Amino acid sequence: MSALCLGIDIGSTTAKVVLREGDKILFEKYERHFSEVREKTAELLREVEKFCGDRPLKAAVSGSAGLGLCEAANLPFVQEVFATGEVVKTLVPDASAVIELGGEDAKIIFFDGGMDERMNGTCAGGTGAFIDQMATLLNVTVDELDALSLQSERIYPIASRCGVFAKTDIQPLLNQGARHEDIAASIFCAVANQTIAGLAQGRRISGKVLFLGGPLYYCKGLQRAFKSILKLDDQNAVFPEYARFAVAMGASLFAQKTGREFTVSQLTSAIENAKTVQKADTRLRPLFENEAEYREFLERHQKATVPTASMAEYEGAAYLGIDCGSTTTKLTLLSENNEILYSYYASNGGDPVEIVREQLGRIYEKCGNRIYIAGSAVTGYGEELIKKAFFVDIGLVETVAHYTAAKHFLPDVDFILDIGGQDIKCFKIKNGAIDSIMLNEACSSGCGSFLETFAKAMGLPIEAFAEKGLHAKNPVNLGSRCTVFMNSSVKQSQKDGATVEDISAGLSVSVVKNAIYKVIRAASAEELGQNVVVQGGTFYNNAVLRAFERELGRPVIRPTIAGLMGAYGAALYSKRLKKSTILPPEKLKNFTHTSSSAVCGGCTNHCRLTVNKFSDGSRYISGNQCEKGLGLKTPTEKLPNLYEFKRQYLSSLTPEKPIKGSLERGSIGLPLALGMYELLPLWHAVFSALGFQVVVSAPSTRRTYEKGQFSIPSDTACYPAKIMHGHIEELIEKGVDAVFYPCLTYNVDEKAGDNHYNCPVVAYYSELLHSNVEELSKVRFLYPYLNINKKSRLKDELYRYLSPHYCDLTKKEVARAVDLGFRAYSAYMTAVRTEGERALKAAREKGRRIMILAGRPYHIDPEIGHGIDKLAQSLGFAVVSEDSVCQLEKPQRVSVLNQWTYHARLYRAARYATHHDDTQLVQLVSFGCGVDAITTDEVRTILESGGKYYTQLKIDEITNLGAVKIRLRSLIGALEEREEAKR
Amino acid sequence: MKKEKYYISFTKEMKKDYTILAPNMLPMHFKLILNVFKGHGYKMELLETQGRDIIETGLKYVHNDTCYPAILVIGQFINALQSGKYDPHKTALLLSQTGGGCRASNYIALLRKALKNAGYGFVPVISFSLGGLEDHPGFKITLPLWHRMFYAVIYGDLLLSLVNQVRPYEITPGESEALAERYCREIAEEMNRDGISFQKVKRRAAEILKSFQKIPTVKTEKVRVGVVGEIYVKFSPFGNNNLADFLVSEGAEVVVPGLLDFCLYCVINNIADARLYGRGVFKEPFVRLAYRFVTKKQKEIIELMKADGHFRPPTPIDETVKRIVDYIGIGAKMGEGWLLPAEMLELYESGVPNIVCTQPFGCLPNHIFGKGMMKPLKAKNPDINIVAIDYDASATGVNQENRIKLMLANAREQMEKAKKAPPKNARLSVKKPDEKVEKVPEKAAAGK
Repeated sequence: MSALCLGIDIGSTTAKVVLREGDKILFEKYERHFSEVREKTAELLREVEKFCGDRPLKAAVSGSAGLGLCEAANLPFVQEVFATGEVVKTLVPDASAVIELGGEDAKIIFFDGGMDERMNGTCAGGTGAFIDQMATLLNVTVDELDALSLQSERIYPIASRCGVFAKTDIQPLLNQGARHEDIAASIFCAVANQTIAGLAQGRRISGKVLFLGGPLYYCKGLQRAFKSILKLDDQNAVFPEYARFAVAMGASLFAQKTGREFTVSQLTSAIENAKTVQKADTRLRPLFENEAEYREFLERHQKATVPTASMAEYEGAAYLGIDCGSTTTKLTLLSENNEILYSYYASNGGDPVEIVREQLGRIYEKCGNRIYIAGSAVTGYGEELIKKAFFVDIGLVETVAHYTAAKHFLPDVDFILDIGGQDIKCFKIKNGAIDSIMLNEACSSGCGSFLETFAKAMGLPIEAFAEKGLHAKNPVNLGSRCTVFMNSSVKQSQKDGATVEDISAGLSVSVVKNAIYKVIRAASAEELGQNVVVQGGTFYNNAVLRAFERELGRPVIRPTIAGLMGAYGAALYSKRLKKSTILPPEKLKNFTHTSSSAVCGGCTNHCRLTVNKFSDGSRYISGNQCEKGLGLKTPTEKLPNLYEFKRQYLSSLTPEKPIKGSLERGSIGLPLALGMYELLPLWHAVFSALGFQVVVSAPSTRRTYEKGQFSIPSDTACYPAKIMHGHIEELIEKGVDAVFYPCLTYNVDEKAGDNHYNCPVVAYYSELLHSNVEELSKVRFLYPYLNINKKSRLKDELYRYLSPHYCDLTKKEVARAVDLGFRAYSAYMTAVRTEGERALKAAREKGRRIMILAGRPYHIDPEIGHGIDKLAQSLGFAVVSEDSVCQLEKPQRVSVLNQWTYHARLYRAARYATHHDDTQLVQLVSFGCGVDAITTDEVRTILESGGKYYTQLKIDEITNLGAVKIRLRSLIGALEEREEAKR
Repeated sequence: MKKEKYYISFTKEMKKDYTILAPNMLPMHFKLILNVFKGHGYKMELLETQGRDIIETGLKYVHNDTCYPAILVIGQFINALQSGKYDPHKTALLLSQTGGGCRASNYIALLRKALKNAGYGFVPVISFSLGGLEDHPGFKITLPLWHRMFYAVIYGDLLLSLVNQVRPYEITPGESEALAERYCREIAEEMNRDGISFQKVKRRAAEILKSFQKIPTVKTEKVRVGVVGEIYVKFSPFGNNNLADFLVSEGAEVVVPGLLDFCLYCVINNIADARLYGRGVFKEPFVRLAYRFVTKKQKEIIELMKADGHFRPPTPIDETVKRIVDYIGIGAKMGEGWLLPAEMLELYESGVPNIVCTQPFGCLPNHIFGKGMMKPLKAKNPDINIVAIDYDASATGVNQENRIKLMLANAREQMEKAKKAPPKNARLSVKKPDEKVEKVPEKAAAGK
């Protein structure tokens, strides 16, 4: 009889055991552990015992949650990727690669050509937990999600770097009515793309590939996505029966080798008796010290109510408010006296139109002939869709709706914090107008839906989960970076033996801290004002409310209708109306709604559109980046747009005449990305004058990024840098002989700061390209270290660098070319600035609002900027860029080192905005831009010192403009409020 | 651009009764330097506090997307001021100021901003830099002081290297660290008392080598793990969740390239700046002089170690530089710049193929110099075993440890393989089967 070997794999969400006797598997089991790691493991062991009794067996544990357990129980541990490698080497010796997806980790192992094992970085979420989250978002189980995906017709681009980004992409798709089948398939594609791009990092995955882990075992749609993206046939894509148990089997192999023997009962008792060392500083004090405190809290908050009236008795006019949020839909019907006649609050299940239809029907039913709707307003993510579908009178910006509601509650409210499913919104109120607005970004995303997902993961409804948190003895401290990080904090705390109660309370505290210190960026809780109203569905959670009061150090008002405030505000707002256009009962009965997808042919952008058709034949189209997709005529008035001007200018550069008279030096590619966006005129002129045929890569599209994503080594670098890889690939595809992108430690010295650096990424990205883009070895890659501030030096250096490659080049020729280059560069900068001033003047003459869309030169790229410039234009702004107006202000002294050329322009542009009533500044920030962590605070300080709103738009791969639009409209809403208050 | 004064100077009066607080980036080195300063009439204290509170304080006063070291250091300062242990009106803060295009050059500014927000705007912040960027009459680093600090770095590197080499094997745990602690005290006292000369330093170094030899050890075979990365998280136990302790507890020997290499890296950058960009040309001869002076001393200490023969000496920087230019230009100078891949290569070539590359989450230079350089390093040296670890206020130990454990499992497997191969030229024979792989990039490079 061969020896018994037991492998235990405890991952972040599931526990697996495999009991082997030689090659024979006696027992295997795979189960979710809902964070009760010890209990579940012990339970599984009791089942193992049935098969082996007290026979001695060799055992080892693996997995991320197993790590802590082993330390505490002193059991042999084997790292899970290592275990997988062992098992594959034994079972499938000819495998060339393994892809394994777990609950929270993704791994790739390469076998041929030098073994290499990789795990995802912290900021990568394309894993099982991510799929769970997405299923929650669609309100289906993972199995249903999988089934849906197999019926797909098309794939939407979805950012899968982390769940938060993906949600930002998916939510608008849902709200715009995209097919769930397509979204489901897109989710799996996103996971596959993320895994491949994030982990392979330039190494080709080919040959026989094994797919392991739970998600890849269960989800056929995911299997399909991987197969098609990697272009694998059935022979080479292997989905083995043991996919879920590979790690546990590896652990059993490891056990066999290391040879420590146990009986099952010894193991069980070791695990049950394992001591947990609680680190004091990872725990917080309980939310309530005692029962009396809790009761006082409950009673106090019961008081903030709204009167209700019975619908059965009321007669007359009523006002309907609809808040079509990102995850929930809310409706409120008010009487003439502001009493609530009817209200509704529920998850929209990804189909808000259907919910509103049903609710409206119910309202009409209850109204009978006694009550008529005199006014209606809709707010929230789905505002436009619902407005169009049901002929709602008013579409309202969320901020205005919320402020209207809060003001009604507490007339002298000076701070509103709204935590909803997806969003955190904070407004400061001063002199009866919104003074500043802060909204959460992807990395500060701990909101309601996050708590909900967690509750689900632990097998509890959110109410019960929150309830548990209220009475936690030692809430865990989970940090506040983002949900992905919090997930792993939870994992850590589970390792330390935290209970569900402690985790629930800890999560509530995290959500609150995230709001205060990351979204509001308050240095202290006192900054938040005296009369605080909190609202949004998440504040129904008493644990969150309590945590907030704790952090603030004083009580706040939470209306009992916290979740309905948007709808309540909208209803109040609609009271200015007398007669409503809303779809009447008879028409509602025949209302139908279908959605389909299409690709816009309006321009080269090829936006993917979702077309909603309603029963009366009208349509609502979304997904478009500009107004063309709507099939509308070009707008009558063309407002200035410096972004467009710059793009036009750069795309129509004319080459210099070759100094030697002929194009004899072959072609040279200039990648239009990062610093090249500003210096293109310079290098274009230099190389054309030197007799090169200059090839400039085309402005980016999503496709450009995808083309190059395989060679990106660091997935947390900014999008403008990552897209560079695609530009290089494109140039090489075009068959250029050489590619030029220099290393520029120093940028142009505009004498506007303490120094004139480039950021490290712009400065040295060519080193990274040289090291990581294999294709570059096929061409001559020229990336000299140059200083563009000393003409004479640049002439010498460029000649010295180029002459070994191009022997017939003369020093004089290079010198002349550099002169021509600088002439072209200065012509460009002059043109930009002249045009900037012209735009300001033109806008002022017409009395238009001006927006300084402030970012970096490369933000004009249509893919990086996602057409935000055009959006702003369509909202009635004249758009100028930071570099087209900065010359109008003196260099700024800021409280940090003002040492980067591009950023010094931001400060000057911000100052300009403070000097002009009609000018707003909106800062574009690329996700992952470390330098902007410094500049944003400074720009905000400058703007706020001049009484201006600070609006920041964080941009990444995200392709949807819904959220941006809400922000810009909030800005406009606030400006209008302020103007009104002044009058 | 006109510069008005935007900071509070540390005056001569303050020198009399102010306590200067400094962050503890390198326990060994900073203790030595601190003792030197104390000998020159400064009241100084290293902050050795750790813990979640400090991180929370940091997060509160520093933009959360700023690099982790800034959050830690600033959190630590404010936490100290709030602790009641020091009179804020009699306290100054000392922080090193690097220049350069990395956002790390903004730490001083961020600290001042955070102090203001926390209500300590009156506390003077002394920027400590090679260039002397600010005016602090009460804090003048005189030539003898520089001289002493330089030797403190030399001693610190030596002690750090020796502790790392002895600690995993010592029979009585803690002995090597206690010895190093003793030397930190004695050496500073000696320098302040008797002045300094290189002869004395060499004698002392020889003595140090002898006494470390005397620590009773069991020589077992352990995997060697090099630690490189962003300077703060690389060196500071607080920054890297006590990485060295963790590695030792996992049965590894830790190898940490010293601080002097970083100093020399800065010096070389000055030379490169002149050569490549024509900046600071007038001071270049002096910089070159300093470079020759320092490298000569570095080499002599290395020679001492070689002569002694018991410990693994570091590689002189000029040799490291010669090798790295196959990978990256030495004009790449922000953050750790070219030094980061250079250290990885140096470790690999001196028999330490296992490397933890530490970096703060979202560190800009590390996109290029850390993660960006791993592919060519692996292509040319297939058995190099690098793991990149991100450190952050919210990154959890369990994720970090799990990845380090993977690296260690591979390291052990490689060590076993190497053992089976013939002992002589063991490293060559390990490389041989992979020769094919090695040739590909060379060819590619030739085709360029």
